[in-house]
Amino acid sequence: MIHLPVTKASERIFKIDPDKAPTHDLKEELFQLEKEGELEVIRVPEPYMEVKTKYGRIKKIPVEKTWHHKSCGQCGHIPGYSTSIFWLNRAFGLDYFDPTDQTSCTAWNYYASATSNPEAQAAVAIRNFAAAHEVGYFPLIHCGTSFGHYKEVRHALVHQPELRRKVRDIMKRLGKKLVVPEEVVHYSEWVLAMKDRIAERQVIDMSNITATVHPACHYHKLIEEDAIYDSEIYGAQRSAIITSTLKALGINVADYSTWFDCCGFGFRHILVSRDFSRSFSVQRKIEVMKEEANPDITVTHDTGCVTTLDQSQVVGKAHNKKVGLPVMADSQVAALAMGAHPYKVLQLHWHNTDNKPFLRKIGIDVDKSWAEFEAECELIKSGKKEYMTWEDAEK
Amino acid sequence: MPQALDIRQNKYSDVSQEEKDRLFQECKDDERWSHILYGCYECGICVAACPSARFYDFSPRLIAQAVAREDTDLVYTLMNDSVWDCSQCFSCDRCPRGNSPGQIITVMREVAVKNGLNTAKEALEGYGRIIYKIMSTGSQVSPDMLQPNAFPDWGHHVHEIADNLEVWRKALPPETLHTIETGWKVDEKTIIELYLIWHMTGVMDLILGIDEGLHMILVDVMEERLEEAGYDIEFD
Ligand code: SF4
Ligand code: SF4
Repeated sequence: MIHLPVTKASERIFKIDPDKAPTHDLKEELFQLEKEGELEVIRVPEPYMEVKTKYGRIKKIPVEKTWHHKSCGQCGHIPGYSTSIFWLNRAFGLDYFDPTDQTSCTAWNYYASATSNPEAQAAVAIRNFAAAHEVGYFPLIHCGTSFGHYKEVRHALVHQPELRRKVRDIMKRLGKKLVVPEEVVHYSEWVLAMKDRIAERQVIDMSNITATVHPACHYHKLIEEDAIYDSEIYGAQRSAIITSTLKALGINVADYSTWFDCCGFGFRHILVSRDFSRSFSVQRKIEVMKEEANPDITVTHDTGCVTTLDQSQVVGKAHNKKVGLPVMADSQVAALAMGAHPYKVLQLHWHNTDNKPFLRKIGIDVDKSWAEFEAECELIKSGKKEYMTWEDAEK
Repeated sequence: MPQALDIRQNKYSDVSQEEKDRLFQECKDDERWSHILYGCYECGICVAACPSARFYDFSPRLIAQAVAREDTDLVYTLMNDSVWDCSQCFSCDRCPRGNSPGQIITVMREVAVKNGLNTAKEALEGYGRIIYKIMSTGSQVSPDMLQPNAFPDWGHHVHEIADNLEVWRKALPPETLHTIETGWKVDEKTIIELYLIWHMTGVMDLILGIDEGLHMILVDVMEERLEEAGYDIEFD
């Protein structure tokens, strides 16, 4: 008989060792290219926070001087998502920039229709990075797909000299430089890095809440080595993103077997082939979460995931599926924990699945909050106010 | 019900072998190709991770095998009948051979679009308004797209949003979000720079490949705004 040195999975300790990473450190290559005059690297501004990625490399996350690369899906359809990110920055008194010199990354269209090409995609990314650099801020990417796509673009620019040359030429004709950020940072990484400061300012107890987490595919599957991992979270066997933040807020995070599955968004499918998105989202995500974890809420960190997981439940309900699970972004949950208004800031009326039972469970007077929001709307309707301001939202 | 995938040899007998070879060569000529295809163990790990494989007769393994074996007849069939089922989630990047079936599919889709394959046009039917939005405004989706006829399966909620849209947009604290036709307020100069990128990278040729009418409208809009900004640029 042959004895194999087999240990039980639970006895295995997974040690992260950056020296054993199967890939090169892209940042070293970036700085080398900068030395050779091929591009300019945008440094992470100080002070920054340090987190660990999949193979134990350090990733720098800026505290402030962040240029908010907004998401078209968030701003267009679930605007409380981005509003909550800004609210958190304001609550900490941080210097941030909400630009109008910004286009979307256009990657949603690229992944949906292929009506673009690598040069155009890279040029759009670098144009946005250059816009951030010109005003002295560092890009913070709101959308999971923009984040994943920009990592791919950065990777391609480092490894494909011809692409670099083409994009440099395009930028020159726009009067801009080929600038590449030292780190590509997703807002949820900023939220995670700020989690202890958020928890210090927490005013709403969430210890009676159970949540499931859906990590966005384009966050941890594209250039996977750049996602945040932590040996305290799932033994660093999967990304710590969102989970680490929720745990710091005292939320019980429950596991479920289809955590690796996508949400069903599909890029093309959510727009013109939604039968797939609905079925996948309900059958592979929401129902499994309900059956295995029965959470109060599911929390994710990307535009498409919030939309698909939330909106797909309408048809699921009509088919008597196990649905009825509110969906929010981590930025919304973090802002809520710090006392942000559920409608003026989180803008939960843009979400579909009933989230009132969740809000009531954490002690929020839903009717009063809605009446306060409606009062603001009345002022706008009657012409007494043009817009609701930050001051109105924060009072 | 999703249709069964028909992979009979020479299914597209009306297309010459030379044409099939040419399209495959276009895929191979893509700069990404050598970074996304290394061979295939035929292990099926990509299929196990693939959401589309659960709902369609679709297999990233079949696609990886076909391209690795350079079976250009099968590649042509898959380029027509399979690639548009992919969700572009990149769960298949787990491939132990280092392949990215999802990116192989991205390249195959680009070749299908560039060459104006009818199946690409069909797959993108109804998608034109989105392309119009992204190309002309730099924002893929916008508040005014939240209309009941566009999202009938989102229930009563989308009616409520459509009815309250103007007021609810004004009831957003960030000043950049008081917009209806774009996700946020975008500077004129930014849009012009975007149009110049479209022009310099030739992406309008891709649009022409799949929708001539859409191409015409987009070119009109862009040329006019570019002219107003002092650029004398023609897309054709
Ligand atoms: S990218 Fe496409 S082929 Fe790969 S797992 Fe996702 S749906 Fe399947
Ligand atoms: S995971 Fe990779 S090696 Fe395995 S079948 Fe898929 S493409 Fe082939």
